This record gives sequence, structure tokens and C-alpha cells, in this order.
Amino acid sequence: MHANPNDQTLSVQGINKRYGTFQALNDVGIDVKRGEFLTLLGPSGSGKTTLLMSVAGFIQPDSGRIMLGAQDITFAAPEKRNFGMVFQGYALFPHLKVRENVAFPLKMRGIRGAAATKSVAEALELVGLADKGERYPRELSGGQQQRVALARAIVFQPHLLLLDEPLSALDTQLRGQLQTELKRLHRAVGLTFIYVTHDQGEALSMSDRIAVMKDGRIVQLGAPSALYNRPANRFVAEFLGVENFLPERLTGRQGLLAVRASALSLAGKAGRISARVSDLDYHGAEIRYTAQTECGLSLRFNLSLRDAAHVPQENENVTLDWQEKDALPFPAA
Amino acid sequence: MRILANPMLRYWLLIAPALLAMAVFYFYPISHVLWMSVTLPEPGVSNFESLAASRSVQRMLWTTLRIAVLSTMISLILAYFVAYVISTVDERRRRLLFMGVVISLWISVLVRAFAWFALLRNDGLINQALIGMGLIDRPLPLMWNEFAVLVGMVHYMLPLAILPLYSGMQSIDPRLVAAARGLGASRMTAFWKIWFPLTLPGVFAASILVFIYSLGFYVTPALLGGGKKMMVAEYIKVQILEVVNWGLGSALATLLLIFVLVTLAIVSRVVDLRKVFGAG
Ligand SMILES: Nc1ncnc2c1ncn2[C@@H]1O[C@H](COP(=O)(O)OP(=O)(O)OP(=O)(O)O)[C@@H](O)[C@H]1O
Ligand SMILES: [Mg+2]
Repeated sequence: MHANPNDQTLSVQGINKRYGTFQALNDVGIDVKRGEFLTLLGPSGSGKTTLLMSVAGFIQPDSGRIMLGAQDITFAAPEKRNFGMVFQGYALFPHLKVRENVAFPLKMRGIRGAAATKSVAEALELVGLADKGERYPRELSGGQQQRVALARAIVFQPHLLLLDEPLSALDTQLRGQLQTELKRLHRAVGLTFIYVTHDQGEALSMSDRIAVMKDGRIVQLGAPSALYNRPANRFVAEFLGVENFLPERLTGRQGLLAVRASALSLAGKAGRISARVSDLDYHGAEIRYTAQTECGLSLRFNLSLRDAAHVPQENENVTLDWQEKDALPFPAA
Repeated sequence: MRILANPMLRYWLLIAPALLAMAVFYFYPISHVLWMSVTLPEPGVSNFESLAASRSVQRMLWTTLRIAVLSTMISLILAYFVAYVISTVDERRRRLLFMGVVISLWISVLVRAFAWFALLRNDGLINQALIGMGLIDRPLPLMWNEFAVLVGMVHYMLPLAILPLYSGMQSIDPRLVAAARGLGASRMTAFWKIWFPLTLPGVFAASILVFIYSLGFYVTPALLGGGKKMMVAEYIKVQILEVVNWGLGSALATLLLIFVLVTLAIVSRVVDLRKVFGAG
């Protein structure tokens, strides 16, 4: 019934999805390699969930194809796809015990008895909840519920694991912990992950590749380092946390120059930009500055307390400079 | 355990207004009725003895129970569909359907019973249409029988059943069904394994409400049953107003009251059982 799990590459080919006149997905194409951790990153409303739901089979694209290996699954029912899915907000079955929740996908596949019990125990073991099988979901903490959702999604050894902002409801510490666990899980089971998030830090630290989405399109697809070092356009650069975009006026060259706050530094008299400090924040051994140029442009730069001869204060005039190797030119847009 | 008690609380909240109104407005009359049932015509339990001895009373009680159970079951099945549709359609249709339910709740039970007259009579719309189409040549006996009573009662009970069912369904996370399908359940399996169990608290609430209403229902059975299929409420009225046998009438009323209370007690046991299944 299902494709051979060894030869399935998921291939999304030119899919479109409209809601009325609104284009939620616009000619989206992407190939997901086996065992890859692919992240869909983008601001709210960029179409991440819509894309994920199309892959899962809950949304049918208006045009385009979704292939699993040689099989066209564009219109296959969700239950026929054999994908594990972790919904935003867990979606655990409240009337079933943890053990029964995790056993659910096995039961649906006709796996019962000792084999099922063993798989459930292994999955719960993997997420560190071996002793919580007899509880109901509401008797668990948020992070534990999240891990049950994960166990339930992987217990039947799906071809693919789809995760829609699985950690967004958790606090920072728990999130960090579960990020680590997810990565460990990814390595341990060798599953293909498609992971949705709007948190760039999460995307950069976890993914093999990132697809940055905007207005229903994929605007850039690449490894985290490639995206970080060579963002394709201002949108991607901004989304990945580049703070400063210097106009021609300041740089004397065509287009915009993107410079991270960490690459913009205090210079003596020779600096190419002069500005006035408007705000400063202490972050441990580093100070984060905001400064205004005469033409009203707001700039961010960082200063390490360790190698600072002088610490500028608010309203002080400073000159700033950057190194060409740290700057990325963009066409003005 | 504390959170498990919540569905229980919901059932009680749903029937609380009815209970409260009864306590305030009927406490005195009821205690009076209780008193009469053991004092008229002479002190003692003679009224209950004659109730127990009477074949016609037993038949009437059996009819009452049968009609109450049947109308509860039929109302619940129909109401389940309606509530399901209301809770799954888009916002605009939901509001329309919901209005429909609430409005029908507001229409007087008398008006509704008489509307069924117009439809079910020998020369009513249904018989006329069937004869007109040549399907039958003599009118079907649709009025003044158990069928008519059931139709009228189900019609009356529907909104009462829909509201608690809908309120229960509304609180179900729609992603659960999607999640079930994503995990390999077919549409039907997802419905039966996930959706349906989660609606059971609403089903219980609606059943209790409708069953208790049905047991003591007067207007519709009296009008559409035409005195042939007498239910307990009408029988009491006949005893008191026509036979002027206050003792027997109030004994029956007492019996009805006790039966309702016992039912509630039993049902709350069953509802407690749900803790075992952990639904909530
Ligand atoms: N059923 C629908 N009807 C109409 N518009 C929809 C529907 N579902 C999604 N949209 C629109 O499609 C766009 C993309 O939605 P989607 O849920 O994919 O965004 P997202 O990238 O997942 O955002 P978020 O990060 O907020 O979850 C949004 O502008 C949304 O309003
Ligand atoms: Mg989303």
C-alpha cells in the first residue's frame, strides 16, 4: 500500500493554492532529501502551514503536484500518506491515555498485541516518558505533552515527520531543551523532518536546509550557513537578523549594503559614518547600541567591553566603520 | 480527579436552572401534593396500593416510559446530526442554523402541536398529498395515536437536545480529528474513535434533559394523542380535574417525582463511571 520507504524523496512541484483572490501558495517547488532536516521559515501568514498541510494531505493544491518517489500523492487521503505529523498545540486525544495516544497510529495500521506494546514502549523511551504511559494528556506538563505528540508521530516509523511550530507554545528554557531532543531524535531515527517555525534562531541551529517563505513563495532555499552569509535579498537578510542596511549616500556605492550589528564597529576619526548614540543596553560582556545618523537613519552596533578603550554614553557622537568582507551588497529595493 | 469532575459540573449546570425554578416555584405545591397523596381520602398508603393494583395505571405508566424513551432516543439521534452540522459548517451558516434552533425553541408548544394537526389530520396536508399522488386511497391514521405523540414530542425536544450537544461539540479541538486522520484513521474511524467519545458528555446531558422533560410532558401528548394514548401527566390531570380523585392524582404525581429523582441518581452514577474511561 505504501511506497518503499527507501526510495522516497518528497518532491513538491509548482503548487498553487488560492483562497478566494488571495494566493496563499504561489508556485512552490521543493525537493526534500531522505533523512534531511528541512525547515520552513517565514513570517506569520507566509504560507508555511498551508504548504505543510498540502504535504500532509489536509489541503489540496489548486495546481501542481506532490510526488513521493514515483508516486503522485497530490490528492491522496491524509491517512494513506504514512506521514507523522505534530500539530501546533499538540492535538493529543484527551480521552485516551498517553500509551493509547501513542498506540493510536499503530492500531490504525492493524498492529496490535505484543508488537504494538513494544513499539509504544520504545517510542516513549525515546522521548523520555517511559513511566508516563498510564497518564492522561492533561496530567502532563506542556513539554511532556509535546513529547507525547512526538512519540505518537514517530511510533509507526513514518516516511516523513511534519512538525508545525511544535515548540512555539513553550517557554525559552523548555524550548531549548526540546530543540536539543529533536535534533538527537533526528539523528537517532534518521527520519526526514519538515519543520515549520518563524523563529530564525531555531531554524539556523537545527536545520540541514532552510526554505525562507514570503507571501506564499519560497524566496531562498539553502543551508543555514549559506543563508546567513549570503542572504538572497533584503527580506531574507532582515529575517535572519541583519540589523543595518546602509544606503548609497553613506557607502558611496550602488545599492544597499547589509551590515550586522556585530560587524559595525567604533572607529577613530577615520570612520565612514558619524552618528549620535540614542540608546544602549548591557548584555553581559557586550553593549548593544542604537545610534542615529544625521539623515535620520537608525543604526545598531555592538561593543565588547573587553576590548573597548572608551565606552560611549547616550547622546555622544561616534564614528563607525565596517570591513568590506563583513558587508553584503544588495540592489536597492 | 478535580478536572475530571468538570463534565459532571457541566451537566448539573445545564439542568440547574430547571432544578432551581422547580425548587422556588414548586416547592410548596409539591410538598402539598406529597402530603395529599398520603392523607386523602384517609391517612395511609391506600392510594399507592390502588396504583399498584390497577392494570390501567400500569399500562399507562408503561406507555409513558416507552414514549419517553423512544422520543429521547429519536430526538438524540436527529439532534446529533444537526449539532454536528452546526459545529462543522462555516461561521455564516452556523449562525443561521443556530438561529433556526433557538427560534424553534421560542415557538409556543401549543402552536407547534396545532401545526402538526394541520399536517397529520385525515384531511391534512400529508394525507391529501399522498392521496393526490395516488399512493394511497384512504387517509393514513396519522393523528391521535402514539405516532403523532412521538412526532410532536420529538419536534419539541429537538432544540433541547441540540443545545447541549452543540455546546459539547463546540469545545472539541477540530485539529483532533485532523490529527487522527494524519495518523492513519479513515474519516469514519476518526469520527468513532475520537469525535464521538468526546461528545459523550453532551450526549448524556441532552439525554437526561430530554428524558425528564418527556416523562412529565403534557400538552403535546394531550393534543396529539387525543386521549387515547394517555401519558402520566394527562392521567394525573384527568384524576384531579375530571374524576376529582385528588388522592390518586397526587400519588401518581409523587410517583413521577420519585422516578425522576431516581433516574437522576442513577444517571449521575453512570456519569461517574465516565471517570473510568477518562473522557472529558
Ligand atoms: N482557510 C483559509 N481561508 C482563507 N485564507 C486562508 C485560509 N487558510 C489560510 N489562509 C491565509 O493564507 C495565508 C497563509 O496562511 P498559513 O496558515 O499558511 O500561514 P503561516 O505561514 O503558517 O503563518 P503562521 O506563522 O501565523 O502560522 C494567510 O494569509 C492566511 O490568512
Ligand atoms: Mg502556521
